[in-house]
Amino acid sequence: MTILNVEALEAAHGLLKAVRGVSFSIAPGEVVALVGANGAGKTTLLRTIAGAHRAAAGAISFEARNITKLRAHQRVRLGIAMVPEGRRLFAGMSVEENLKVAGAHGRRGRWTIETVLEAFPQLKPKLKARAGELSGGQQQATAIGRALMTNPRLLLLDEVSLGLSPLAVDQVYASLRTLLDSGTTIILVEQDLTRALAVSSRVICMLEGAIVLAGRSDALGRAEITEAYFGLKRSATPS
Amino acid sequence: MNLLNQILQGILLGGFYALLACGLSFLFGVMRIINLAHGSLAVLAAYLLMSLINATNWPPFAGLILVLPVMALIGWALQFAVLNRSLRSGPLIPVLSTFGIAVILDNAMFQQYGANTVSLGPDIGDLAYNSWNLTSTLYIGQLDALIFATAVAALGGLQLCLTYTPIGRTIRATAEDPSVVELVGIDARKVYAMAAVISMIFAGLAGAFLGMRSSFAPYAGGPLLIFAFETVVIGGLGSLWGTLVGGIILGVAQNIGAAINPRGFLIAGHLVFLAILILRTFGGGSIFRALRRLGRPA
Repeated sequence: MTILNVEALEAAHGLLKAVRGVSFSIAPGEVVALVGANGAGKTTLLRTIAGAHRAAAGAISFEARNITKLRAHQRVRLGIAMVPEGRRLFAGMSVEENLKVAGAHGRRGRWTIETVLEAFPQLKPKLKARAGELSGGQQQATAIGRALMTNPRLLLLDEVSLGLSPLAVDQVYASLRTLLDSGTTIILVEQDLTRALAVSSRVICMLEGAIVLAGRSDALGRAEITEAYFGLKRSATPS
Repeated sequence: MNLLNQILQGILLGGFYALLACGLSFLFGVMRIINLAHGSLAVLAAYLLMSLINATNWPPFAGLILVLPVMALIGWALQFAVLNRSLRSGPLIPVLSTFGIAVILDNAMFQQYGANTVSLGPDIGDLAYNSWNLTSTLYIGQLDALIFATAVAALGGLQLCLTYTPIGRTIRATAEDPSVVELVGIDARKVYAMAAVISMIFAGLAGAFLGMRSSFAPYAGGPLLIFAFETVVIGGLGSLWGTLVGGIILGVAQNIGAAINPRGFLIAGHLVFLAILILRTFGGGSIFRALRRLGRPA
């Protein structure tokens, strides 16, 4: 049984193909780490699954329903939420308002302002503060909380540790643990390979828009992933 | 005392300008579109009200019950048929398309109603000219007071709605980042439609009051747009209370200009607008620094 099925997906930025014939499936409750160097197409793939970027070809099915043509807000209502790279909070609004906006338009479920604050206690004293005035870690917690307020069945996390101090990253990942333990299906884009391997059950490695390696996190060797990550195997092969 | 009265009349006139400019400012704040048809749409509302009064003999304020929903419908249609499509094509296309709508509307109204200036003043009876005399030289026109109170109530209501209601939060979030709101389940196009509807309701109110407080003609939209634009720039684009302040500054400047010279009404408003635009563009601090440099010996 799969919750998400991606088939021969292609996405482009103008003439540049950022995602080339990507196919994979995810089972409910799985945590999949999407790794790869900068420009590998990870963010574009995530945005295409979320509906923020149009698919050029291929198909995306969510819970056996073809969602390729659906717009992002329609996918949110089906249960797909995304935490975009760089947080992209509504900076002029308070933390509470950021959470409420998402809560009003998503699905009903266990995630409310109270449960989000339980998962991210660092936000409690900042509830009335403007999102733009928070620290990087608090902003990331707000961004994840905002996505959770839509009560997703599939959560797409794009570079949650980017630009954060090591302490803030630890805090965010500690809070994410609640989420991981709750059985939410997650696709995580992460530059930090150690963290990605630690939290995920499966790894998909991308290079130049295509999947070059996929497998269970505990079965793949670090050296094998690093080789695929940088395309070392391919460049070592004479053309 | 006469100057004080001119200032008072300017403040009241500012209420009308605020009502007129609010829709323009609000639409820009949410959609980042400058609607060049805003003035013409206000005039269209005045003509719609006039047609309704002529056809039904309804009092003008009762006619608003029908005209404002029609304006809201026009706003919704405008958003879906024109603004939404043109928005995808870069910032210049919405400006050009709304300019085109203004031209079409002006000529259509000219075709339908002719070139004569008309007024809804006679339809509101004594309200058109009754006033409260505070002193022998200081008075408040009842219609002007009503327009000012409507402007304050409408702006205040909109501000409260934006601050405290879920719809208001949705609009503010969309104004901040329309691509991200889609990721939290909001259909940005529907929010834009809502913004266009609110903008047109304000245009409808302004158009109705325009017809009641003065005369209007098919091509009155252009000058109205200039006043609205000046109000918005003085008050700050996208700021609701700033729009009221901008309207008051423009109204007071025009009235003081008229007190100095009967032909100074328009030019005084334009000069104040220009001065504030320069200050906003180059920053007051830079100008004062430049002035200090000019006064310094070489």
